[in-house]
Amino acid sequence: MSDKTAQPDLTRRRLLMAAPLVVAGGAGIAFWQMLSGMRQGSFDPHDIKAPALNRPVPDFTLPDQSPGQGFGAVDLRALKVPVLVNFFASWCIPCVAEMPQLNALKDRLPIWGIAYKDKPADAQGFVRRAGNPYARIASDLSGMTAIDWGVSGVPESFLIGPGGVIRWHSAAALDEATMHDILLPLAASLRT
Amino acid sequence: MKAAMRRLAFVLATVLTVAISLSPLAAVAVDDPSEMLPDAHQEARAQAIGSQLRCLVCQNESIEDSSAGLARDLRHVVREHVAKGESDRQIMDWMVGRYGNFIRLSPPLTAGTILLWVMPVLALLVGGLVAFLSFRRARGSGPAPLSDDERTRLTDLT
Repeated sequence: MSDKTAQPDLTRRRLLMAAPLVVAGGAGIAFWQMLSGMRQGSFDPHDIKAPALNRPVPDFTLPDQSPGQGFGAVDLRALKVPVLVNFFASWCIPCVAEMPQLNALKDRLPIWGIAYKDKPADAQGFVRRAGNPYARIASDLSGMTAIDWGVSGVPESFLIGPGGVIRWHSAAALDEATMHDILLPLAASLRT
Repeated sequence: MKAAMRRLAFVLATVLTVAISLSPLAAVAVDDPSEMLPDAHQEARAQAIGSQLRCLVCQNESIEDSSAGLARDLRHVVREHVAKGESDRQIMDWMVGRYGNFIRLSPPLTAGTILLWVMPVLALLVGGLVAFLSFRRARGSGPAPLSDDERTRLTDLT
């Protein structure tokens, strides 16, 4: 082998050696970002992105759930102010934990509740014990309306803008930070 | 004797448990036969569609395999649509329209998933290329010819 060919051969070998290192390094950085995102909450592989976002609410009419008055898509589409639609159930533990936030919220943003697959008597007792944050309450006994909304479990909340368009969605219990940092500013911007 | 019988009973029970848990029938979680459609062909179609839909409660099971409440409701919805005579595509679109692509257990071919889908072909192509190049190199540069000294040693040996 002459010196002429030895030089490019060596460079090529170095490049070939470096290639797997670069690939492994890149993958490592990507995985590290995913993991730190999961810790900080900015990345959640299990997050279900509701396709309902920025669409009008689906067609439905639901009966009264005592002590509230039932409602349907017609009522939501006739609204001039934003409301929060909250799916809940008496058998759901995170719903119990969410009630203090909803009670703190109800004077600043009207909340309409939908009892999801709950016996009317149980739902009534639950709402009474929780201090009733709801302006209106409807009963979705079969759970079929919830499926139309893309609900995968309770509690789930949807911010409805004027005209009945879904503007925001949370598949988890509302906490104070979400309420103050995201929900209330968004509701305020929809009020103009 | 009694101990041997007991051991035999234990082995039998184990074999039965394993057999039952492996049988495909046990994998279907239809809780109640009344859930099933009377038409066997339609029921088979509903099961095929359901096995492609993610249970959003358990997330790694299909709605046919899960016994969660939501999975049962979605099974019911699928059967209603099948009975109405809708196509597989229509039912899938109905589900994706409500729950997004996350409900599909096999991701659709989009710009975001293209790498996932073409990876087997890509791996085969790259592997083939590497194999081809290394074979060609191996054929091109054989071992260096013997020097005069080596040739003399070889004739001495033989």
